[in-house]
Amino acid sequence: MEMLRSLYAVYRKEMGHYFVSPVAYVVVAIFLILSGLFFIVYLREIVQASFGMPSGFDGPSQLLRAFLGNLFSILMLFLMPMVTMSLFAEERKRGTMELLMTSPIRETDIVVGKFLASLTLFAIMLLPTAAYVVFVYLHSDPTAPLRIVFAGYLGILLFGGSLIALGSFMSSLTENQIVAGVLTFGIFLVLWAIDFGTQNTESVVGQTLHYLSVINHYEDFTRGIIDTSGLVYYLSFIVFFIFLTVRSIDSLRWRRA
Amino acid sequence: MIEVQDLTKAYGPVTAVDHVSFSVNEGEILGFLGPNGAGKTTTMRILTGYLPATSGTAKIAGFDIHTDSLAARRHIGYLPEAPPLYPDMSVESYLDFVLRIKNIPADKRRARITDALEKTNIGDKRHELIKRLSRGYKQRVGLAQALVHDPLVIILDEPTVGLDPKQIIEVRHLIKNLAGTHTIILSTHILPEVSMTCDRVVIINKGKIAAIDTPQNLTTQLKGAQRIFVEAQAPEKPFQELLALIPGAGRVELSPAHNGRVTATVETAPGKDVRSLIAAKVVEKGWPLYELRGVSVSLEDIFLQLTTEDAEHSQASS
Repeated sequence: MEMLRSLYAVYRKEMGHYFVSPVAYVVVAIFLILSGLFFIVYLREIVQASFGMPSGFDGPSQLLRAFLGNLFSILMLFLMPMVTMSLFAEERKRGTMELLMTSPIRETDIVVGKFLASLTLFAIMLLPTAAYVVFVYLHSDPTAPLRIVFAGYLGILLFGGSLIALGSFMSSLTENQIVAGVLTFGIFLVLWAIDFGTQNTESVVGQTLHYLSVINHYEDFTRGIIDTSGLVYYLSFIVFFIFLTVRSIDSLRWRRA
Repeated sequence: MIEVQDLTKAYGPVTAVDHVSFSVNEGEILGFLGPNGAGKTTTMRILTGYLPATSGTAKIAGFDIHTDSLAARRHIGYLPEAPPLYPDMSVESYLDFVLRIKNIPADKRRARITDALEKTNIGDKRHELIKRLSRGYKQRVGLAQALVHDPLVIILDEPTVGLDPKQIIEVRHLIKNLAGTHTIILSTHILPEVSMTCDRVVIINKGKIAAIDTPQNLTTQLKGAQRIFVEAQAPEKPFQELLALIPGAGRVELSPAHNGRVTATVETAPGKDVRSLIAAKVVEKGWPLYELRGVSVSLEDIFLQLTTEDAEHSQASS
């Protein structure tokens, strides 16, 4: 109870920070403008393509897959590092880390509180895009299966959560926000593209890299499949980096001269 | 209330705090005095649980700051050198956040905030964003942050930095008023601040405690090796001999002055005023006496003496 109270205190402060400062508004606005633009582009392409297709062509599913899959993941890669880069770097630079770390709260409360706040911002950002999905449903025949929508959104939350967990760890390593942001972007991109070039090989290395890639499991989700291996992958990714962040914050006590 | 035993903090080969031990009683104000880089901030950071000590222990309100850290931290209010503020927050929401992370229940928060604002005299800025405040106000918000949860122990690192003279007096007054119900440690390099506010002083230099006592005792201790300044018209050698024979007299420093006069500084035993005796002896010899006075020693002298003596010492030994 007491632990939840301090976790909530950190969460509440972070949410306040997002919505008092322009951060949340800018990120959400840019995301919505870009996703709106691309939705129109995708919609036109798929409508045009469907004219020449045999009757089995499932346009609505294709559209949702492109929208929830390709588009969201790329926008996340660019936008989320800008949200997460300040998580700890800014606290360290401002000296407020000293307040947090001399207060009777655990490092875990600080880290998890901040993680959940970023995840909430992420969810808030995704929420309005449901309008496009509803639009597809109302105006398509046959409609895409609902599981693509649910699995797709679950997938993007897990994918975004992984990106946030990695970003918070990077932010805990440095006082410099830019460094934290660039590292997050770079490392996540490497984890994304880690199986490039081995995609078609059946070797153990190829399969391992395919499993490790942060994007492949997400693609399963956008096909409407909630695969346990994907769930396990993302949840362990998140827990692992939250754990590293906690250790990193704790080690500040030893590092700080 | 605060027990510090053999506290040592080493950063690689550099020892920032070197076997420091002291204790602070409930309701007492302890001043940390020392030049920059003496280890004041490091000691405070260890006491607040921000840094772990290399060796030694510190207990706050009976809880070990390392092994029972959360329990100990519950009783501490801490103002670091730079006030830890969130510029985007209003003063009120900032203090509310501080109360939340200090685990103060909701029904008490409002009253605590009002109380802290009143004590630090910033009630008029309650709804102002912190980034719009002047430096002096920010410092006072930092101070409010350290006492808002009504902790047993308040640790203040240079609390009067950045304040104008009027605010400094207010803050000293505030600290004085907090004593009794709170145990306070404050650091400063401003000497009068210590003699004005503190019950006891720890003079710290190069990580070591050079002296620890009440400001009064520290001043009389050295004043204690009281020095008396004498100026007379007398032949140097007999004058020095005469002074050396005064009961309790220690070292006599002689320096010739103009017009055949001689000045001397005599160190005497503490607690004994031998000025009348010196006067009688000098007059008895028929030497005209021009000046005779006790040389008072300020905390500044003690501080300089303790810190530079040490420097000479270590220079000689190295």
